[in-house]
Amino acid sequence: MLAYSLRRLLVAIPTILLLIVACFFLMHFAPGGPFTSERPLPPAVLANIEARYGLDQPLWKQLWDYLYNIVVHFDFGPSFKFKDRDVNDIIAQGFPISLTYGSLSFLAATTVGVSLGIAAAIKHNSWIDYFAVGLGIAAQALPNFIMGPILILTFTLWLGLLPGGGWNGGQWQYLIMPVIALATSYMGSIARITRSSMLEVLNSNFIRTARAKGLPTRTVIWRHALKPTLLPVVSYLGPVFVYVLTGSVFVDIYFSTGGLGQAYVGSALSRDYAVLLGVTILYGALTVVVNLLTDLAYAWFDPKIRY
Amino acid sequence: MSLFSVKDLRVQFNTADGVVEAVKGISFDINPGECLGIVGESGSGKSQTFMAAMGLLPPAGQALGSATLNGQEILNLPINKLNKIRGDDVGMIFQDPLTALTPHLRIGQQMREVLQVHEGLQGSAARARCLEWLDRVRIPEAKRRLDQYPHELSGGMRQRVMIAMSMLCNPKLLIADEPTTALDVTVQADILDLMVRLQKDEGTAIALITHDMGVVARMCDRIQVMRLGQFVEAGDTREIFRAPQHEYTRTLLDAMPRIDAGDAPKALDKIEDPLLKVDDVKVHFPIHVSGGLFGRKVPLKAVDGVSFDIRKGETLGVVGESGCGKSTLARAVLQLIEPSGGNVSWLGHPIVGLKRAELNKYRKDLQIVFQDPLASLDPRMTISASIAEPLKTYRPDLTDRERKEMVAQMMERVGLKANMINRYPHELSGGQNQRVGIARAMINKPKLIICDEAVSALDVSIQAQIVELLRELQQEFGLSMIFISHDLSVVRAVSNRIMVLYLGRIVELGDGEEICSGPIHPYTKSLISAVPIPDPDVERSRQRLKLPGELPSPMDPKAALRFLPSRLAAGQTDYVPQLSEVKPDHFVAEHDSLDTIMNGA
Repeated sequence: MLAYSLRRLLVAIPTILLLIVACFFLMHFAPGGPFTSERPLPPAVLANIEARYGLDQPLWKQLWDYLYNIVVHFDFGPSFKFKDRDVNDIIAQGFPISLTYGSLSFLAATTVGVSLGIAAAIKHNSWIDYFAVGLGIAAQALPNFIMGPILILTFTLWLGLLPGGGWNGGQWQYLIMPVIALATSYMGSIARITRSSMLEVLNSNFIRTARAKGLPTRTVIWRHALKPTLLPVVSYLGPVFVYVLTGSVFVDIYFSTGGLGQAYVGSALSRDYAVLLGVTILYGALTVVVNLLTDLAYAWFDPKIRY
Repeated sequence: MSLFSVKDLRVQFNTADGVVEAVKGISFDINPGECLGIVGESGSGKSQTFMAAMGLLPPAGQALGSATLNGQEILNLPINKLNKIRGDDVGMIFQDPLTALTPHLRIGQQMREVLQVHEGLQGSAARARCLEWLDRVRIPEAKRRLDQYPHELSGGMRQRVMIAMSMLCNPKLLIADEPTTALDVTVQADILDLMVRLQKDEGTAIALITHDMGVVARMCDRIQVMRLGQFVEAGDTREIFRAPQHEYTRTLLDAMPRIDAGDAPKALDKIEDPLLKVDDVKVHFPIHVSGGLFGRKVPLKAVDGVSFDIRKGETLGVVGESGCGKSTLARAVLQLIEPSGGNVSWLGHPIVGLKRAELNKYRKDLQIVFQDPLASLDPRMTISASIAEPLKTYRPDLTDRERKEMVAQMMERVGLKANMINRYPHELSGGQNQRVGIARAMINKPKLIICDEAVSALDVSIQAQIVELLRELQQEFGLSMIFISHDLSVVRAVSNRIMVLYLGRIVELGDGEEICSGPIHPYTKSLISAVPIPDPDVERSRQRLKLPGELPSPMDPKAALRFLPSRLAAGQTDYVPQLSEVKPDHFVAEHDSLDTIMNGA
């Protein structure tokens, strides 16, 4: 398993390099640049600024310098939009915020979703089953950019219970709405996947064997049915984990949380090459690590899988 | 007093089309220590009867009537009371040992929980009891098995584990639902032997649910023949085999081919130019094994140097146990997978390594019928569209009307009704779908058809009809056939010659009747002796040749030389046993004497 993990991480290096190169060229080929604005700068000034950020160099040289700085100094360069801030700063400030509400959302979506799905499958065709199925559909119809305004309207404007936005060091009152907004739709999907997976497992031959052995229902469900049920859920959770960890632009905008999502989308719109690339690499690296963790988790759920 | 008694049992299912009655009021008794056979084809309700009694029906099913165990009513008991009976007084084993054990729990864990629940036995006492039972079902290296996962064991071993697990609490009744249907013949024979011994030693009564008259002949004291949810005949096994009263029982018995009797085709004379010549074909798959940072690949020799030819109008039967490479060989012959070595020539033209377009010219004459009729038809195409498809490829000159005409003719020829043309595969039965598969293969009048386990998934009576159809078509169109099956009795009934494969190599090839009545190679002998014969007197007096060891894995390099222990002892692990012609047209692979093999392993 160790050899397998090492091998996977080694393969990740060229993957991420490829990702950087592809993003780099895509961005530079897109029309416009970080210093294009509605009122064009005088050519002399533009040339000056571009020289300062190295944008006057040939593309391959820019790429080389960029990669060199990352590999040697772990420096992702300065932001083109925010003077005196570099990419490392921006990520260091936004990522912990995204990480906090993201992992809480993940935890909430997973625990509630899985429990609901299991309950629905065990009590197939009962009110809890219909509730779970209904919630699954509703949650998918209510993505976070709809949930956000609804939550603010309800809890801040009508009930006046929760602050309508801000971060405040991650105090719990400020966390509740972002977490709910982000978690709901994933929760619905997880409940749906868990339910159908559990229904399938409960129909399988080895569950019949477990019942024929006279095991109590409780043991049949928890000991025999749970692990195989969660296998497809885990493969869905991997990508979800990356999404929620890197934050959501909508959550950041509605609740002014200041997470990475906002910085990411902002940088794409303003061609802030350095920030965009920096966050993309973070996404890429996270994806690689989470995919590896998912694959290792498989081995725990299914002994047939050995690395 | 009878041990288990069922009175007027009905099983109903609520479906979208209304209530369907799967079991229509049946009554029977099982006495202590006896083996009762419940015989019937799929859909007869034989499994549902026992599922209902044990409270294992799916949620849509409900049971009415009465089932008593030792005089106590058990039908529709609340689950907590039922759980005191299941696994304790009544053990159950099921058809598919590959899926019947929980994949993520170790064998030991799964066995111990039975003892924990029923007897409160834990720790080393429980472990000792599990070990004792694994030994009693003769699992080699029982201690190691306790810590293994189900997928690490072969199918036969898993079924032994199932038996050991269901016997842990010394049940009075063992319900065995098609316990050997998914197993190879030699493994089946082992499992049946084991069950006979348990019945004798422990006095356990057995309810054996099966469709296989050969298994019944070997095992059962009494039989109940079931059809469409009702019993049509009941009585002593010998009586029923000697003089079946009901028409359906007679059909079942007649449909069952026998390896020791009945007509079998003779080998055709050797000819100069065979239709198909297969020369030293090899198919090796690279298998990834762990080791080092990047692992390494070792070849799995699925087919390892097979040569034979097919004469015009003959049927060559190919038999062997799972993993022997029968299906891989078929696919390699048709170039559906590219052989790693060797040559295949069709009417003298080599067809290995041809480009797709060139190969397609030959494909018209080389067709295949697969095992699973439903899975091998496109679910979104009507059956007439499936049958017509090869015509569109090879006869683009035909008009729509001509094509329809040909499809209709072919459908009639294979026994499909004309009003079925617009049906979809899921609307037809397994036998009907297989007729579609045959019609599709036959529509271009090929010269060779490969039947890859084409009748294995079908009920015996349907199987007999399909075999009959294939024979007629062969006569009519003079086509040749390669008939691949694990069922030696069926193969004998259709084949002029039989080829026995073992781990990708030929061990014996010759006239079908000669192979079945006078096998020469020890492996063929053990295979033939394991085939159950649907006649209780013959079956119970037969001596079985049981070779030492479990069915070997193709990944085990030593397994290839299982019949040449002398070469193994001499360290020649790469030695390839040579075929020699012991009689005209009868080839046998080199092997040591039977005594050496029996003592060697």
